[in-house]
Amino acid sequence: MTSTASPQTPDDLDLGGDSRARGTDRGFRGLVTFAGLTVLIVLGLILVTTTMRAMPAISHEGLLGFVFGTRWAPNDDVFGAFSMLYGTLVTSLIGMLIAVPVSIGIALFITEVAHARSRKYIVTIIDLLATVPSVVFGLVGVLVVVPFITPVYQWFAGLVEPIPLLSSLFADTNTGRNYFTAGLVLTIMVIPIITSIAREVFDTVPEADKQAAYALGATRWEMIKGAILPHSFGGLVGASMLGLGRAMGETIAVALVIGGSFHISASMFDTGNTMAAAIAQQWGESTGLHTDALIGIGVVLFAITVIINFAARWVVRRAEIKMRGAHT
Amino acid sequence: MTAIDTGTPTPPDLSGKNLSARRAFANRAATLGIGLCVLVAAFPLGLVAYEVISRGASVMSWDFLTEVIPRNYRTAGPGMGPAVVGTLLITGMAALIAIPVGVLGAVYLNEYGKSNPLARFIRTMADVMTGVPSIVMGLFIYVGYVLVVGEQSGFAGALSLACLMLPIVIRSTEEMLRLVPDELRQASSALGARKWRTTLGVVLPAASSGITSGSLLAVARAAGETAPIIITVGLTYIYKPDLFDGQNTTLAAQIYRNAARPFEASQERAWGAALTLIAIVFLFTILSRIIASRFAIDKR
Repeated sequence: MTSTASPQTPDDLDLGGDSRARGTDRGFRGLVTFAGLTVLIVLGLILVTTTMRAMPAISHEGLLGFVFGTRWAPNDDVFGAFSMLYGTLVTSLIGMLIAVPVSIGIALFITEVAHARSRKYIVTIIDLLATVPSVVFGLVGVLVVVPFITPVYQWFAGLVEPIPLLSSLFADTNTGRNYFTAGLVLTIMVIPIITSIAREVFDTVPEADKQAAYALGATRWEMIKGAILPHSFGGLVGASMLGLGRAMGETIAVALVIGGSFHISASMFDTGNTMAAAIAQQWGESTGLHTDALIGIGVVLFAITVIINFAARWVVRRAEIKMRGAHT
Repeated sequence: MTAIDTGTPTPPDLSGKNLSARRAFANRAATLGIGLCVLVAAFPLGLVAYEVISRGASVMSWDFLTEVIPRNYRTAGPGMGPAVVGTLLITGMAALIAIPVGVLGAVYLNEYGKSNPLARFIRTMADVMTGVPSIVMGLFIYVGYVLVVGEQSGFAGALSLACLMLPIVIRSTEEMLRLVPDELRQASSALGARKWRTTLGVVLPAASSGITSGSLLAVARAAGETAPIIITVGLTYIYKPDLFDGQNTTLAAQIYRNAARPFEASQERAWGAALTLIAIVFLFTILSRIIASRFAIDKR
């Protein structure tokens, strides 16, 4: 689906010439092939070297104990990463719940609602959002948003206190550094990714389908519901998964606003930690087995994000093929 | 009686005025919701820009950009010089490693591998590699380089940033190579040039502006990375122009280090560093935009 070289490109034509010139050609080919292979080499090395280094810590707990152990106490040589896995899942989930609908909305605005001129501004806004370094979001999060939002959390916790399920989900904990704030920061960081892919997906919707919907008397919203969204469902799932992969791996912004405690709390307003953030927070003060355990968390994170990315690319590609097959 | 009715039918009313109230409302509500989504994205951008500029500008000065970093969080006063230099040097070194490898890798994908199984596999894996969290790259370089040579250094940071840039450079360069018209390659071959000469002398120059623009974008991303720097580079307060000479520092790492401290002085330095970092990142981004629009090859 990528290469568009026409068949007459003189690829394997033997032009004769002396053997030295042919040698240069072969050498160049070898060089660029090697450069291409570096991707595979680096990925392979990441897997092998980090896993080997983390082995002492992982075998100390056993793989299951390491991933699902709930106690993280480096001083006692106990390394159970589950509180971080939990934090990663919870914060990413919060981020995705907000970011996916918002990103789809922005992409729809860009492709369907905005005029050519305002479209350019909105695309610029999203691009700028993507260029702001994550640590700057973390800085604004911890010094501006946290002090501002803490009373909001307290007010909301008071509001839902009489309601059984919600009261434990949003129990007041007196701090603005918590899962929910981390989720909010993640929202902002994944919006550009999901938006840009969602735009590409919406662009593949055939103009004829949209015009057909309008011809049947549909309003714009009915056209979006009837023509665009069903057509784009697969692609949107893939886009969301790519965003999820990014959210799970985000380190610094989360490390600044999540509070950094190692427990599992049902309350979204409670402090916690994520895998990536915990590595960054504890790196400076770790030695020996503790360091190995942090690297082990990195290995688990690597595995999860690679699987999610693989699956996401697969879903997007499947959706693309389905679309192309049907309409060209 | 009046048979005229059938003769000239009135044109159907397409204005949407007789839309049922429910449908009209749904449409309007949806449009409003979609518009609100844009505000949800624009608001944080505005907040970040306002806070960073207003708080950063108050500490910004020539001294701030050149003085060494105070060792104590509580010490008021300027100093981010070593971090500015560290950011530029480490990112620059990363670019020196990642861009040549990435461009050559893209040459393989587009000029040699095309759609053979290996090239397709590399393409997929490059996409997957873009999704690898930056902190994992940091851990990898820590295990694979820092532990081997025995110390954290600016060069280790450059290596980890290069790993992050590599897939971005490969994919953006390949896009650009694909835009180079095949006629150019054929013309070059017809003149007797071998494939390597065609590639180096014709294809790459034709795509050079696009490659530069894509690479600058990758550089901008890398300059703001924090996590791998914390893992591989360590910390210093003084100028370290030699990337192989022990621990170093960058602006991003300094923001992280200073942001969460309850001391006014360190927070001010964090804001100043954030303004400097954003200025650097934007400079690269805008440069990339200009190059892309000025020298774009015809998209066909």
